[in-house]
Amino acid sequence: MAAAVLCACGSTGAPADSLTGTLNVFAASSLTDAFKGLGSAFERQHPGLSVRFNFAGSPALVAQIEDGAQADVFASADTTNMDRLLTDGLLAYDPSVFAHNKLEIVVASGNPKQITSLADLAKPGVVYISAGPTVPAGKYAAQVLREAGVTVTPKSLETDVKSVVAKIELGEADAGIVYVTDVKAAGSKVTGVTIQDADNVVATYPIAPVKAATQLQAADKFVAYVISSEGQAKLKEYGFLGA
Amino acid sequence: MRRERAPFAIVLLAAAGAAFFVLPLLGLVVRTPWGDAPRELLSPAALDALRLSLVASVSATALALLLGVPLAWLYARVDFPGRSLLRALTTLPMVLPPVVGGVALLLAFGRRGLIGAWLLSVGISLPFSTAAVVMAETFVAMPFLVLTVEAGLRSMDRRYEDAARTLGAGRWRVFWRVTVPLIAPSLAAGAVLCWARALGEFGATITFAGNFPGVTQTMPLAVYLLLESDQQASYVLSLVLLAISVAVLAGLRHRWLGTA
Repeated sequence: MAAAVLCACGSTGAPADSLTGTLNVFAASSLTDAFKGLGSAFERQHPGLSVRFNFAGSPALVAQIEDGAQADVFASADTTNMDRLLTDGLLAYDPSVFAHNKLEIVVASGNPKQITSLADLAKPGVVYISAGPTVPAGKYAAQVLREAGVTVTPKSLETDVKSVVAKIELGEADAGIVYVTDVKAAGSKVTGVTIQDADNVVATYPIAPVKAATQLQAADKFVAYVISSEGQAKLKEYGFLGA
Repeated sequence: MRRERAPFAIVLLAAAGAAFFVLPLLGLVVRTPWGDAPRELLSPAALDALRLSLVASVSATALALLLGVPLAWLYARVDFPGRSLLRALTTLPMVLPPVVGGVALLLAFGRRGLIGAWLLSVGISLPFSTAAVVMAETFVAMPFLVLTVEAGLRSMDRRYEDAARTLGAGRWRVFWRVTVPLIAPSLAAGAVLCWARALGEFGATITFAGNFPGVTQTMPLAVYLLLESDQQASYVLSLVLLAISVAVLAGLRHRWLGTA
């Protein structure tokens, strides 16, 4: 393990710098896997720094930051939640968009209920769930269904997008609408059903350092790294669309 | 009681301990928008959560009485092998993290659970239903009733039962006409305690039953979720739950709070 870390450290060839301590990154649930990957790469470039993540639904993170949680960077799955912090005056400077994402129907592995379209979600006997209406994934899912003219009431409004995927994996629900990246991250445990572009919604992910950051310099560097071509390439590996 | 001069350090630490409990309550009371409280309480979302919480917690208490009293009676009266093990297992939810209870319920009664898979084959799907909320609440709250009733049964004077038996009453009649009235105070206290615990249930509910307004979104879930979107409403609902807790404590004060 140590050897692997040293090896990777050498390969990036980044010069050691003076950044030390812990960088607290608050990021939308859907960024969990991608940001963990980005975080370890960033840590390898800045050996003195450790990146700590707090993943949750975007509105939960906004509420925490408003209540004074120690956050250095905030990455949201929509502009609405980011704008709430911007209007509150809680951001160090204006956010930048660093990724886009599309939605997909997630079903149990092998698609036992044979769901092939949005309309199938309204079939009798299909248990459909989604993220709650305040969570970006839930808002986008409702928007997709509305625009496709499909009327289906979710059986549950989960607190974040990852718990939608979890309930599908557990077999408690048959289908949900989540991000393409969530289906990819879950691997073979679930199956994704593509939503055609005409019906799909493009999610916009903004990022910004938080004004009250104790690690403003590191926060700045992390944001720059996420937007850099290296960061963008990594995000693409996880299925995100570029900025 | 003998008057004693308390050492300074103890007074200081005790004051810190008391403040630790009083300050959060004070925070809730101070930050609650009293002017908007009636409007927030009468909003459809709050009313839905209130109604569901009442229905579910009362159902859970009824279920706990139905199943818990016989269990308490067995524990108090019958010496069967494995009694202490069973007793420990059925009181475990008192110390088990509720979210673990929710996961366990899912693995037993979920659609792929031990019994859930069979239930599904006969057309019963529990997750995301109000029934699941009642089950989660019963799972977490029933032990409080069982223990209270068991204590009542152990401390009651059994000579009344013996007398009734001697006079020719059957076992079932003795149970209803003699035992139940004698343990009525324990039954009431156990039921109230169980109801209060059921009303406050969060972890097992959100894990096993999910979250949907009017169906599975109870007051505690609404409090948690509103904190993200409508803090004022969240504070008001919190205050309602706080008021209920205070009322429960006041109602049971003779049981727990010694008169100083």
